[in-house]
Amino acid sequence: MAAAPAKQKSKLVGWIDHRLPIFSFMEHELNEYPTPRNLNYWWNYGSLAGIMLVIMIASGIFLAMAYTPHKDMAFDSVERIMRDVNYGWLLRYIHMNGASMFFVVTYIHIFRGLYFGSYKEPRELLWIIGVVILLTMMATAFMGYVLPWGQMSYWGATVITNLFSAIPLVGDWIVTLLWGGFTVDNPTLNRFFSLHYLLPFVIVGIVVLHLIALHQHGSNNPLGIDRKGPQDSIPFHPYYTVKDLFGLCVFLLVYAAFVFYAPNLLGDPANYIPANPLQTPAEIVPEWYFLPFYAILRSVPNILFIPAKLAGVLAMFGAIGVLFILPWLDRSRVRSATFRPLYKWFFWVLVLDCLVLGYVGANRPEGMFLVLGRIATLWYFFHFLILVPLLGVFERPRPLPTSISSAVLKGAAAPAMEK
Amino acid sequence: MRKFALALAGAAALTVGAAQAADEPSLPKVTWPNDGVFGTFDRASLQRGFQIYKEVCSNCHALQHLHYRDLGPGGPGGGIGFTDEEVKALAEQAQVTDGPNDQGEMFQRPGRPYDPIARPFPNEQAARAANNGALPPDLSLITKAREGGARYVFALLQGYTDPPPDMKMGTGMNYNLYFPGHQIAMPQPLSDGQVTFSDGTPNTLTQEAYDIAAFLTWAAEPTLEVRHRMGTKVFLFLLVLTGLFYVVKRKVWAEVH
Repeated sequence: MAAAPAKQKSKLVGWIDHRLPIFSFMEHELNEYPTPRNLNYWWNYGSLAGIMLVIMIASGIFLAMAYTPHKDMAFDSVERIMRDVNYGWLLRYIHMNGASMFFVVTYIHIFRGLYFGSYKEPRELLWIIGVVILLTMMATAFMGYVLPWGQMSYWGATVITNLFSAIPLVGDWIVTLLWGGFTVDNPTLNRFFSLHYLLPFVIVGIVVLHLIALHQHGSNNPLGIDRKGPQDSIPFHPYYTVKDLFGLCVFLLVYAAFVFYAPNLLGDPANYIPANPLQTPAEIVPEWYFLPFYAILRSVPNILFIPAKLAGVLAMFGAIGVLFILPWLDRSRVRSATFRPLYKWFFWVLVLDCLVLGYVGANRPEGMFLVLGRIATLWYFFHFLILVPLLGVFERPRPLPTSISSAVLKGAAAPAMEK
Repeated sequence: MRKFALALAGAAALTVGAAQAADEPSLPKVTWPNDGVFGTFDRASLQRGFQIYKEVCSNCHALQHLHYRDLGPGGPGGGIGFTDEEVKALAEQAQVTDGPNDQGEMFQRPGRPYDPIARPFPNEQAARAANNGALPPDLSLITKAREGGARYVFALLQGYTDPPPDMKMGTGMNYNLYFPGHQIAMPQPLSDGQVTFSDGTPNTLTQEAYDIAAFLTWAAEPTLEVRHRMGTKVFLFLLVLTGLFYVVKRKVWAEVH
């Protein structure tokens, strides 16, 4: 294994590999890396998320070269990028729609994991590291949205940073620290820019951990059963490299449709108005990918002695928090929902619930929306905290196939299995 | 904490205001040649729109993100069809404060193509003082900064009517069907025959509103055509590449299935 790759007999490669085993590393992790032979297209989204991270970092670095993190110049510098910097409009539209695309693929990736039980033993840490990536992404996206210093940037920053003041005792101190002063102002913009540049590289580091954890036991698969032998696996390259590349192209078509034909569709028009601390916009709404969390935040009333604001903040962070303990909440040993007749349905109810929360988050929390938001919030926590543990005990899963290859090849591979 | 409550209360008050007045009619279904995936600007319409801006809007509204050079062939996206000479002549009509010179004094000089388009007021206070306390917004991003974009501008400019009898109007305010809350400080800026187009196009209010909306769409994103053109190429490239990868994927996987 430590020897130079068999196919690459070049002397130089051998010399380098003997001292720095990057070639055997790549051979091991890409070429030989055994992957279940039955992965479907839902398994494309992990690599898509990785590629989005690279696209965001690359476009962001060039944007930062022309951006000015000062409250009096930030908005104008972004417009300068749009008008006078060569292909600046392209870079910015790639970056701003890229954030949405990044969240789309990440959310699908997460729901893939929920459906096929990818968080279960022995992949608990892989899952938890993934949730950490999600949290870091959210912080990065939030701070990035503040940088153009438009109305929604400013007021979004005001509302979200103020959430931390709900924390008892230290809340106000934390908010002052976030602001770098006593209101959202130039120091806030400066530190958000600094952190927005830093955090993506932190994400890269966590992604490396995510991949190390992944490669320890390899990918889960649609059947959710362990690989029993070589007949269940195929090498990652060329099979999944080419499948990922095909998926990437389809994804890029969607991405390009937004960048070139509807670049502002997902954005709020108010963010093309320069920030004005004296004028609150009619509605303060976050970007679409935060709407479900925003809905949870605004749905929670006063609970006993906990004021609504603190309760809302706790619920919002709790919505991510339950994902951390999900591997232990789910008592079912069957991973894939394919063989879980009840969980399968409740999974789709959860998807619907999240969509409802997103819809509610885009509307004022009053009347029908407040009721709907409260029901959807309750269901979200009911699903993870009560339903999932109970299903693990009371649900009767369907019988699992004996092996991946037997299920995939339907007997045709019998000779291969006997080997 | 107090600030948060204040912000929320402010937002609530404003949204209640908006909710009461959420009876604005839906925007007219009008299209421009620059709409759609292959859309390009109608340069004649843009120039008429600029003429309207220059003769009417520019008395109160700035275009602070635009320079004179943007209107010419060297501008982003190739300008609105003015030649370099026309841009130069246009810029020279403005007086620009420059300096300090060798004596340490500011001085006036004719505008140059690289100057920003001259603003009607030196600062916000001057703008408010001249407009009954209201601030005429900058127009360079107006079609991006309003729900409905160009259609909203088109509708708003034609949306002036008499207020309903039961409505109490603020002093100096005007009734507009499409403005959120219906009370707008700007008096009706355009009307039939307001501008005499140099190319002889009939100067109805509808035509004027249509052309100024087209021009402001260009002003908000002069690179719109470049974006559409590049999009076509990117799509063709990606479609071919997707097809190729599909074939390669099928071939590579043929032996596994």
